[in-house]
Amino acid sequence: MPGGDRVLIAVLLAFGVALAAPVIVRVAGDRSGWVLALLPAGITAYLLSHGSRVAAGESIVERVAWVSALDIHLSMRLDGLSLVFALMIAGIGTAIVIYAGGYLRGDRQLPRFYLLLLAFMAAMLGVVLSDNLISLFVFWELTSITSYFLVGYKHEDETSRKSALQALLVTAGGGLAMLAGFLILGLVGGTFEISELLSDPEAIRGHEAYLAILLLVGLGALTKSAQWPFHFWLPNAMAAPTPVSAYLHSATMVKAGVYLLARLSPALGGTPAWFWLLTLAGAATMLAAGSLALLQRDSKRLLAYSTLIALGTLVMLIGVGTPGAISAMIVFLVGHALYKAPLFMVAGSVDHEAGSRDVTALRGLGRVMPITWITALVAGLSAGGLPPLFGFVAKELAYEGLFENPLLLGALIAASAVMVLIVYLVAWRPFAGREIHAPSAPHEAPLSMWLGPALLAAGGAVLGFAPWLIGDSLMVPAAAAVLGELHPFRLYLWHGFTLALGLSAVTVALGVVLVWRWRPVHDALRSRTLGWTFGPVGGYDALMAGLVRFAAWQTRVLQSDDLRHHMTIILGFTVALTGLTATFRGELAFDLRHEAGYFYEYIVLVLVGAAAISALRAHSRLVAITSLGVAGFGIAIVFVFFAAPDLAITQFLVETLIVIIVALVLIRLPRGSLRETSNGSVRAIAGTIAVAGGALFTVLTLAVTALPFDASLTTFFEAESYPAAQGRNIVNVILVDFRAIDTLGEITVLAVAASGAYALLRRSFGRRRDDVDTEDRSDRVHVERGGGA
Amino acid sequence: METPLALTVGVLFACGLYLVMQRNLLRFVFGLLLLSGSVNLLIFTVGRLTRGAPAFVPSELSTPPGDVSNALPQALILTAIVIGFGLVVFAMILLLRTYERLGTVKTEELSAHLEAPRPVPMRHDDEAPA
Repeated sequence: MPGGDRVLIAVLLAFGVALAAPVIVRVAGDRSGWVLALLPAGITAYLLSHGSRVAAGESIVERVAWVSALDIHLSMRLDGLSLVFALMIAGIGTAIVIYAGGYLRGDRQLPRFYLLLLAFMAAMLGVVLSDNLISLFVFWELTSITSYFLVGYKHEDETSRKSALQALLVTAGGGLAMLAGFLILGLVGGTFEISELLSDPEAIRGHEAYLAILLLVGLGALTKSAQWPFHFWLPNAMAAPTPVSAYLHSATMVKAGVYLLARLSPALGGTPAWFWLLTLAGAATMLAAGSLALLQRDSKRLLAYSTLIALGTLVMLIGVGTPGAISAMIVFLVGHALYKAPLFMVAGSVDHEAGSRDVTALRGLGRVMPITWITALVAGLSAGGLPPLFGFVAKELAYEGLFENPLLLGALIAASAVMVLIVYLVAWRPFAGREIHAPSAPHEAPLSMWLGPALLAAGGAVLGFAPWLIGDSLMVPAAAAVLGELHPFRLYLWHGFTLALGLSAVTVALGVVLVWRWRPVHDALRSRTLGWTFGPVGGYDALMAGLVRFAAWQTRVLQSDDLRHHMTIILGFTVALTGLTATFRGELAFDLRHEAGYFYEYIVLVLVGAAAISALRAHSRLVAITSLGVAGFGIAIVFVFFAAPDLAITQFLVETLIVIIVALVLIRLPRGSLRETSNGSVRAIAGTIAVAGGALFTVLTLAVTALPFDASLTTFFEAESYPAAQGRNIVNVILVDFRAIDTLGEITVLAVAASGAYALLRRSFGRRRDDVDTEDRSDRVHVERGGGA
Repeated sequence: METPLALTVGVLFACGLYLVMQRNLLRFVFGLLLLSGSVNLLIFTVGRLTRGAPAFVPSELSTPPGDVSNALPQALILTAIVIGFGLVVFAMILLLRTYERLGTVKTEELSAHLEAPRPVPMRHDDEAPA
């Protein structure tokens, strides 16, 4: 393997730098953004150096054994699709790391922030470079967890915490479904290596578990990429600091679902189920996000809804799956990353320097923030799909890719018109105008905060004029990786007067109408929908509330404070489950034709049983304890009958001691009946469980005695007792010789019990003697009453 | 003889189970006693029964002559009897202390003494004075 394990090393290095980030931040202080940006910049350069090999159709594959027995490897694969995603992650990551240094300048939690941000970046690189389903899943969950911490960065704020938890539960919940899908996929395909799975798609598509795989994996991808009806977590995740929103929730993490679908489409795609699942989810997301965006006036939330529109578009294009649609998907992906990240950063800069994200509260900022405004305009024109920017190229391709599906095309046009409105609200309205309106005195953002977005926006402009720069080198290989075969295509800024151009004009016209009528529509919608919760969010809230209620209910029912309750539930389940297992699984064959015993043996057994029942029914403590003594001595006599003198002696001794000790304790307990007035149903439940348990034990005893007897251990002890251990009492030899360690353990248990009992008693007697004890009165009253009983 | 023994095991076990599901803790301890006796008898029975021949090696021989009672379950039961004794004595003394401290041995009255769980205050590690 030329190059060794360098891709893997790049990912691991990123994790290493993430761990070292807190130290670096403490050393580098205000310059830490610039210093730490060297990591993503270096990874970007490293990836670009592989560009020519990947463009030539080569895939760089590395494999390090991890859990070989389970076919889990740290396999890395750099092909066209991975390269595009990895470049986005590392390239935009560079801009974000620098930007965050300015945005969070002086923040006490900066070390933690960079640790999480870089760890996220490393995990995200791991997701797009993994060639093993399980390692991909591990990296995938790491992105969910780091996202949780980053969204909840302002953890003093309850909304932040709630949003973070919501994002985590939705994406990690989908992740669990995805894991199940991965496992089935691995079993069906016979391997967890993605490249091997993709090489035999018919085995997967033709398998009866295909639909289950598709739905489970799809659930993971669609929750991660915030598709309807799981979209709601994304706008709420805007509680995160702006660098996080720009990076995780627009450029990278939310694209992980898109990546996964694109990655697996050679194996899972091309079926009607795939087509309908993805196109419906994508179109529903676009339309829902487009309508909900009309309610927003917060710049970050507006951008979040525009991200949802883009994600819906991407998922829909993957669902269509034709070469044209897939090519458009790849180009749209890059175009979106290049304009959305700068727009987010611009919104963050405005918030930072002018003190508001409310687009209606800001005017005229362009006069004091010219660089930010130019960046916003360039990125915004690209987002609106206007020439001569890369976003225009991407949108034209997307329209062309959907020509065969007019309904989907119509949805995309409608959503794109909303995109134009969002661009106007974010990139034009706050900046335009002569008079400055802002909550705080605005000023231009510092270099660290305009350089990154400006470069990304400039990239969108350059690629608009010269899309061929990345056409054959990046876009075509990426599309080939998704399609499974090479479909060359060319990127042009000017296609001529085509149908797509006409549709673009229609889109812009619709957008202008939206811009013109925005304020009245917006105000009307806001006043009418006040307090109205949109379906899926309500569903989430109801689910969470229900979960909490269910947990409270089952804790109350199953884990009551009352010991009697506890015992009833535990014993009931034990008896029921053991009984059911024994009935359905066990071989409970037994016969009752045993040899008869002597009449005195029967008498003793009847006595034992009667004594037990008498102990159960006794009102008087004296009767109860006498009955228990009779039962115990009866058992000892049974031991005598059947040649177990050691047991008999011990049982006699122990039984005597117990009767004495219980009697001593009873002296100090209150008098009164042992039996209580519990209601009939409680008694019936306990009685049922008890009778069932007793019957179970009788049957168990009979069933075991009916089995052939294995005397091998006993034979060994009989043969070895005297020769090996010089003992003639075999039972004693077993206890003190063959199983001496067990006996030592038994002695230890007794010693612990005895010291525990001693400690309890000492406190008890000490209290009684000490009259100036400071314990509360009521306590002593009980003691005296008990003592007098 | 196994059938009557198995029935005795069942009766002892049923009585023990019923008693540990009662609200008087004294009866709970009585139940423990019956349960342990029942299980000992069960192990003894399934180890097979032999009359009149304890597991000894006579002084003139190095192995027992012919069939003697099964020594292995006896060794196990011997341990169980002693441990059961420790358990019951400890439970009795705990019961005594409980009564002295709380004035009752009824389970539902004891649970009333449990404090309602208090909400755990939210901690902010990062808010330590800088």
